[in-house]
Amino acid sequence: MSETLEHIASAARADAPPAIVLDKVNKWFGTMHVLRDVSLNVATGERVVICGPSGSGKSTTIRCINRLESHQEGRILVNGIELTDDVKALDDIRREVGMVFQSFNLFPHLTILENCTLAPIWVRRMPKKEAEALAMDYLTRVRIPEQAKKYPGQLSGGQQQRVAIARALCMKPKIMLFDEPTSALDPEMIKEVLDTMVGLAETGMTMICVTHEMGFARKVADRVVFMDRGEVVEMGTPAQVFENPQTERLKTFLSQILRGH
Amino acid sequence: MSQSTTDPRAFRAPPRRPLRLSWSDERVRGIVWQVLVVGLLGAVVWWLWSNTVHNLEVRRIATGFGFLRREAGLPIAESLIEYNPTDTYLRALTVGLLNTLKVAVVGIVLATLIGTLVGIARLSRNWLLARLAAIYVEVIRDLPLLLQLLFWYAILQGLPGPRQAMQPVAGIFLSNRGLKMPWVEWQDAHSFALLAFVLGAVGTWLYRRAALQKQMQDGQPRRLWPVALGAMVALPLAVWAAFGAPWTIDWPELRGFNFRGGMTISPEYFALLLGLTLYTAGFIAEIVRAGILAVPQGQWEAAQALGLHPGQVLNRIVLPQALRVIIPPMTSQYLNITKNSSLAVAIGYQDIVSIANTTLNQTGQAIEGIAIIMLVYLTISLSISLFMNWYNARIALVER
Repeated sequence: MSETLEHIASAARADAPPAIVLDKVNKWFGTMHVLRDVSLNVATGERVVICGPSGSGKSTTIRCINRLESHQEGRILVNGIELTDDVKALDDIRREVGMVFQSFNLFPHLTILENCTLAPIWVRRMPKKEAEALAMDYLTRVRIPEQAKKYPGQLSGGQQQRVAIARALCMKPKIMLFDEPTSALDPEMIKEVLDTMVGLAETGMTMICVTHEMGFARKVADRVVFMDRGEVVEMGTPAQVFENPQTERLKTFLSQILRGH
Repeated sequence: MSQSTTDPRAFRAPPRRPLRLSWSDERVRGIVWQVLVVGLLGAVVWWLWSNTVHNLEVRRIATGFGFLRREAGLPIAESLIEYNPTDTYLRALTVGLLNTLKVAVVGIVLATLIGTLVGIARLSRNWLLARLAAIYVEVIRDLPLLLQLLFWYAILQGLPGPRQAMQPVAGIFLSNRGLKMPWVEWQDAHSFALLAFVLGAVGTWLYRRAALQKQMQDGQPRRLWPVALGAMVALPLAVWAAFGAPWTIDWPELRGFNFRGGMTISPEYFALLLGLTLYTAGFIAEIVRAGILAVPQGQWEAAQALGLHPGQVLNRIVLPQALRVIIPPMTSQYLNITKNSSLAVAIGYQDIVSIANTTLNQTGQAIEGIAIIMLVYLTISLSISLFMNWYNARIALVER
C-alpha cells in the first residue's frame, strides 16, 4: 500500500467521532481475571486486528463490544452509546454492530436467503421483497448468489462463512466484528474468506478482527493490537508490531506464529 | 448429434441378478428367516386361539358381547354423563372411558405446562430456582408412581370431615369428601359462550399468523391485543348476554353428613390427577431441558448479535430446532400418562380398568373384559401417536 493513500485516509478519519471506546475494561470469569484494564479507541473507518496467544482475552474483548459477554468494570462506548444494563441501548448497539463467528453459526433450519433476511425483516421491519433484494445483493458481493435457496448444511465451510458475512452485512452495520473467522476453515478455503474481508475493508467499514492471519493484517490493518493474559501488551501499525516488537512476549508469540507458517 | 444428447447408458435398466439357491446367498438367507419367523408367529397365535376356544367349551363359559346390553347394577361415584346402576354395562363402561379421558387429557395439559416451566427453570441462571427444579425432578423421578398416588390420597383422606371442613375462601370447602365449590347453573347460554370463546381463541391465533405474514410483506407490525380482547372476551360476553345473561350460582351447602350442590372435585380424582401430573412433569422437564440444550450456544449468540429480541430468538431460532428433539419423547410421556391412569384402581377412582374389572367379575366374561380394556387403551394411544406424528412431520425441519 502506498504511503500517501494511507495518509489521506487517516487524515479523513481524524475528525470523525470514535466508533468504539474501551476505557479500562475489566472482566472476570468466576475468580479468573480475563480482561485487565483493556483500553482501546477505534476510529470510524479504522481497521484493527487483534492477535495474541489463545486465552489472551482477544475474543472476550470483542464479545464485550456487543455484550455477548458483559464487563464488570470500566466503560465501553459504541457510536457514542454506553453499554450498560439498558436494554434499549443494547438494541441500538446490536443493530449497528455485525458479528462473524469462528464456527459460522448459520441457522441450519433456514435457507441461505432466509438466514440473510431474518434480521432485516424482524428487527429492521423491512418488507420481505426489499430484504430479499438486499440479501441477494450482498450474496452477490460475497460471490455465492446461486446458493440462495440451499441450506447451510449443503455448503462448504468457506461458503458458509461468506454467507455469515453477508448475513451480518444485511443489517447494514456501521461496525463489523470478526472472531477468528478463518480458524475453523481448511487451508484452501481461508483465501476465499480473507478476500471477501479485504473487499469489505476497501469499502471503508469499521472493522475489528481477531485473527492470526499475518498476511491479512499487513494488507488491511491500520493498527495491530497484541494481547496476552488479558492485557493489551503492544499496539501499532502492522510494520511496527511485526517488524519491531518491543516486548519479550510479542517476540515469543511472533516466532511461534512464523514457525507455524 | 443424437449421440451427444442421449447417452445410451442412461436408459439401461438395472441388472437383475438371478437368485442362487444356496445358503451362502444373502437374499436366500433373508427369505428363509422371514418365512420362519412369520410361520412361528402364526403357529403361536393359532395355538393360543384354539386352546382358549377349547377351554371355554369345556368349562361351558358363555362368549360374545351380549352382556353389554344387560343391566349393570354397579354404582359409580362420579360421572360426566348421567348414570345410575340400572343402566347397561355398555353405559357403565362408557362412564369409565370418560373418566379415564378426564384424567388423561387434563393430566397431559397440566404436565406439559408444569414440565416445561420446570425444565426451563432448571436451566435458569438463578441458583435457587435451578436447584429447586433439579431437586423436584430428582425426587419425583426416583419414587414409584403407585407410592406417590397412595401418598397424595392418604394426605387428602387425612383432611377433616365435612362438618369440620376447611373453608379457605367463603363458599369453598375442603374436606375428606373432596373440594366443593360454587358453580353456575349450567345453561345453553354458557355452552354457547364457551363455544364463542374457543372460536375466538382460534380466530386470534389465525389473525396472529396472518398479521406476521403481512408484516413480512410490508414491514408494518400489527397490534394483537385489540383483536384478542374482542374475540376472546367481548364476543363470549355478547353471546352470553344475547341469551339473557343467566347467572344463578349453585352454592355448596352442608346437609347432614355431606355437602349438596356446587361442583365437586373428588379426593380420588384429585389425588390421581395430582400424582400423574407431578410425576410425568418431572420427565417432561428433562425432555424440555435436553431439547433446549441440544441447540448450540452459538445459535443464541448469532441471533442476539443480529439484534433479535429474546422472544424472537426463542420462537424463530431455538424452538424450531429444540422441538424436533422434544416431540418424539414427549409422545411417549403422553402415552405413559394415559396408561398410568389405570393405577386409579389403587385409590378407588373408577376409570375404565376399574369398571371393566367389576364387569368381568360380575359377568365372568374375562376375555371380553380384557379385550375391551385393551381396545380402549390401544385406540387412545394410537390416536395420540397419530396426532403427535402428524405434528412432528409438520414441524420437521429441512436442513438439506
